[in-house]
Amino acid sequence: MLLIFLSSGIFLGWSLGANDAANVFGSAVATRMLRFKTAALICGFFVIIGAVVSGAGTSETLGVLGSVNALAGAFMVAMAAAVTVFWMTRLGIPVSTSQAIVGAIIGWNLYTGSPTDWGSLKKIVLTWIASPLLAAIVAMALYSFYRITIRRIKIHLLSVDRFLRIGLILAGAFGSYSLGANNIANVMGVFVPVTPFTEFDLFGLVTLSGVEQLFFIGGVAIAIGVYTYSRKVMETVGGSLLKLSPDAALIVVLAQAIVLFVFASKELEQWLLSHGLPAFPLVPVSSSQAIIGGVIGIGLMKGARAIKFRVFGQIASGWVTTPIIACIITFFSLFFLQNVFNQQVSKKMIYMIDENFISYSRQVNCYDPGLEELEDRSFYNITRFKDEIERRTSLNGEQIERVANLARIEKFLIDADLLNTRIHSDMLSTEQLEALRKHKSKTFNHRWELLNALEQESDSWRLKPDLSQNAEYNRELENRRNQILTIFKLANH
Amino acid sequence: MAILFKTTKQLESQIDEFLDAVGEGALVFRHGVDDYLNGDQKNFKQRIEMIAKLESKADDLRRTIENQLYTHTLIPEHRGDVLGILESTDEVMDTMKETLFQFDVEVPDIPDDLTSYYKELTAMSVSAVDVLIYAIRAFFKEVSAVKNHLHKVMFYEKEADRIGDNLKREAFKMDIELAHKFHLRYFALHIQNVSDRAEDVSDRLSIYTIKRTI
Repeated sequence: MLLIFLSSGIFLGWSLGANDAANVFGSAVATRMLRFKTAALICGFFVIIGAVVSGAGTSETLGVLGSVNALAGAFMVAMAAAVTVFWMTRLGIPVSTSQAIVGAIIGWNLYTGSPTDWGSLKKIVLTWIASPLLAAIVAMALYSFYRITIRRIKIHLLSVDRFLRIGLILAGAFGSYSLGANNIANVMGVFVPVTPFTEFDLFGLVTLSGVEQLFFIGGVAIAIGVYTYSRKVMETVGGSLLKLSPDAALIVVLAQAIVLFVFASKELEQWLLSHGLPAFPLVPVSSSQAIIGGVIGIGLMKGARAIKFRVFGQIASGWVTTPIIACIITFFSLFFLQNVFNQQVSKKMIYMIDENFISYSRQVNCYDPGLEELEDRSFYNITRFKDEIERRTSLNGEQIERVANLARIEKFLIDADLLNTRIHSDMLSTEQLEALRKHKSKTFNHRWELLNALEQESDSWRLKPDLSQNAEYNRELENRRNQILTIFKLANH
Repeated sequence: MAILFKTTKQLESQIDEFLDAVGEGALVFRHGVDDYLNGDQKNFKQRIEMIAKLESKADDLRRTIENQLYTHTLIPEHRGDVLGILESTDEVMDTMKETLFQFDVEVPDIPDDLTSYYKELTAMSVSAVDVLIYAIRAFFKEVSAVKNHLHKVMFYEKEADRIGDNLKREAFKMDIELAHKFHLRYFALHIQNVSDRAEDVSDRLSIYTIKRTI
């Protein structure tokens, strides 16, 4: 059953490989600087490495956008995105997998009545505009640098050819790594909350977490996509928008790799933050968009006449329609899956305001006497719940949003068995472990309730103020807190 | 990959050798014509042998380079252009060899009054080839400098035309048989041909250079 559900993610991975590998190596293969086999081998290898090593950053953003909480739902979300990508690829439009998956997640949110996190959505949509722009700027800068350098140092045409080949291989490897790191979230991100894998020890050398195993499978699916279907796309992508010379191809690939990297790398984010600089959000951006941005950048440097604007218009219109199509497909196919195949596409959410909640709401600045009228009433639909709050209280939109999130019922039990088997001493500090042990056998109705209890027991569970120098500490702690929540959450709640 | 990089290094030196051969061929051609005009038959015969050897060396090099370029798909964007340059430069070499051979076969009788014209004409044609070689080397190593050389090729070609024209006028004014006049004109045309071929290469080169700079 699991494999059947995961199959749509694998299909999506395959389409991503077929479609996006062309972005990384398309121009190199189309200009015959690299053989397809060499390109596919390098690409497949580095995509897998990138996915497993640094795929986690962007997955978190997608997880926040909408937490698809049932395997069947995740299956349909990935499937709808895959069908959209595959279909658009067949039409010859270099489509963005990131956009398809975001559209599909929103489709799931709409169908199940789950809230969409507008903050994340805004962040994601902004990067759709920012990433091609950034790629264009990077490409222009690199191209002028390249032109000046080549003019300064007298270098033989054949040596240039040699360096370009090395450059294309290195940039392609870097691009594939970044593609894996940035876009694996698109392929496997929706399965992260429902991952069935447990930690796996590889010959005592490396330990792969459940998520990493998921990403590995996704990476392999992408690599297979590269091998089996990307050749045609690679050969056509080269000359469609602007005919690229090998040196321009190198620059475009490099620009794309840099853009994907800055939106995926946690290390870069930390480095920027630690130096007091603004960091790039970790968001799955589209490699297709970055490539198109890079090509346009080069085209502008060569005089805008070289660009086929009609083709560009066609591609850009695809950027608008892709998320919408994916959203619509998801919406209708979820209906089908739920009503015809009788599959659970989302878990029922219960929202309830209880005594604890009322006192907590004072702490987090969302209290209103009207809330007390709703005490102990259960709601099964978030929209109705919010309407009710709106009618009875004078809370503003943001506060209502917060109340709705906090009132969600999730059952947690600090189970003694789990405490012994799933919590390792190297996972938590002694203080943290001690605090956790004190709550043995207790149950909690909300996640904040559990976290509050831990925080009161020990400061080691408390997040530091939201300052850039604390970002790393907070992220680490946030991960641990989430781990605890996952481990002690009771199924079906 | 390593083999590929070795090949490109080797090719670079082969292209250099090819251009060296053509450059040397031009010098031999000039001295050969001078020897013939000075009546130095012994040296003239040696020059013929030398130019024949250089011509076949250039031919071999050209074939090897072309083969390598295509079997290893090197410089895929420019190999057609490089091929064009090599082949048309090889034609310049062929023309010089042919002309020297024709002196040997047809033994034209050059009146003393015209020898200085022939010498000057040869000097101009050879200068065009010399500058062309500079331009081709620049095409490979410093594309922005190609233009500086190309306009000189044009200049020498025009000079050769002008001198050839004067030579023919002088020949046809002379009191000699019409067949003799034709023979003299024929050899002027042969030598002019060398600079014409050089100009053909430079025309191609200027287009390829534009292609490489945009």
